[in-house]
Amino acid sequence: MASALINVPAKAKRGDIIEIKTLMSHIMESGYRHKASGEAVPRDIITSFTCHFNGAEIFRADLFPAIAANPFFSFFTTATESGKFEFEWIGDKGFSETASASISVE
Amino acid sequence: MRFLGAIATALLVVGAVGAAEIPLAERRSGYSFMKPDTKTMQDDDTANPGMLWVLNGETLWNRKTSAADKACADCHGNARASMKGVAARYPAFDKATGRPIDLEQRINSCRTNHQQATPLPFESRELLSLTAFVARQSQGAPIETGADPQLAPFVAKGRELYMQRQGQLNLGCANCHDDNWDKRLAGAAITQGHPTGYPLYRLEWQSLGSLQRRLRACITGIRAQAHDYGAPELVELELYLMSRARGMAMEAPAVRP
Ligand code: HEC
Ligand code: HEC
Repeated sequence: MASALINVPAKAKRGDIIEIKTLMSHIMESGYRHKASGEAVPRDIITSFTCHFNGAEIFRADLFPAIAANPFFSFFTTATESGKFEFEWIGDKGFSETASASISVE
Repeated sequence: MRFLGAIATALLVVGAVGAAEIPLAERRSGYSFMKPDTKTMQDDDTANPGMLWVLNGETLWNRKTSAADKACADCHGNARASMKGVAARYPAFDKATGRPIDLEQRINSCRTNHQQATPLPFESRELLSLTAFVARQSQGAPIETGADPQLAPFVAKGRELYMQRQGQLNLGCANCHDDNWDKRLAGAAITQGHPTGYPLYRLEWQSLGSLQRRLRACITGIRAQAHDYGAPELVELELYLMSRARGMAMEAPAVRP
């Protein structure tokens, strides 16, 4: 399953405030549900999301069972220089996904 | 649908007036009943979770499958051209079976007849993804379903099912979606029940789902026995709903509460 949708402007002027949007495919199973047989459905969630820009962390979020499936994040940063955003999602059952996007800043 | 019991009595009385079809100028997509933030979620391709299935569908479109070693793309080329407007004509008449088939069934018939592959189960991630990818190519196109005269008897059957009262609540689709679409069922807008956005991402489902899944939910809601996926009755209902929405714009993959 295609996992991430990333929206970063391809270009910006130095000093611009830009919006970054990410959508990650994940069931976010809370661990609080039970099957018809009474058996608990094990927790399976993303626990952390980070964004680095040119190696430096600029955004981090911890995720919890109450967060809906396919978590969507939108956040803002200031465009300082051209470079690469690197995104990472980590979760239960060894879940690990990465994505990246470049921006050119004039 | 959880609140159905509470309003059942009210509708049984109100519904007795009988179904008047909604005039063309008053037809409204479920979209127009949504809150602004849900509309924004649908409109922004990077916020609309349905796009995850569309992207996955594009990967599957290009992947070679099974014995025939053929991808959808090997026969149909670029979907942006070859599948444009196709979903806006479904369900369509299928010569082989002499019946209407919906888009999911059409895709599965390509899998069995042209790819020598097994049909994909209804509501499976793969079938939803392929359907979402094909349907997305019709976004904005006006619905044309039902123009084929061979479909006429099946549209009529679908309409009958739509009007017919059923279940422990003894309600027909029309009692809600034609007679009471401007009202609310507890928290939810009843809406006119147009099928413009399928497959769509429903927040309550936390997933993409097909029109058949939606119809089964409404049928279960009136405490009737829902038809199995792929049942002729469900396809006839889909067909009637699509022909009833003729001229409205396709929205797949839409978002609904
Ligand atoms: C070997 C060639 C071949 C492959 C592979 C194939 N198709 Fe088809 N497809 C056809 C042909 C031929 C038709 C026309 C109807 C018929 O004869 O079945 C068709 C019709 C369709 C239609 C209906 C078009 C319309 O205008 O009504 C859809 C939708 C479709 N295919 C989707 C798919 C998808 C999705 C896949 C991959 C899972 C696929 N097809 C794989 C040959 C193919
Ligand atoms: C008791 C009222 C009621 C009855 C009867 C009912 N529905 Fe619904 N239906 C609803 C409500 C409420 C919703 C919207 C739920 C939501 O999205 O929050 C809905 C949603 C729908 C939708 C989705 C519309 C969209 O914008 O995606 C369709 C299609 C639909 N119904 C078809 C039917 C059909 C066909 C029947 C008969 C088999 C039926 N309904 C019977 C109340 C009803």
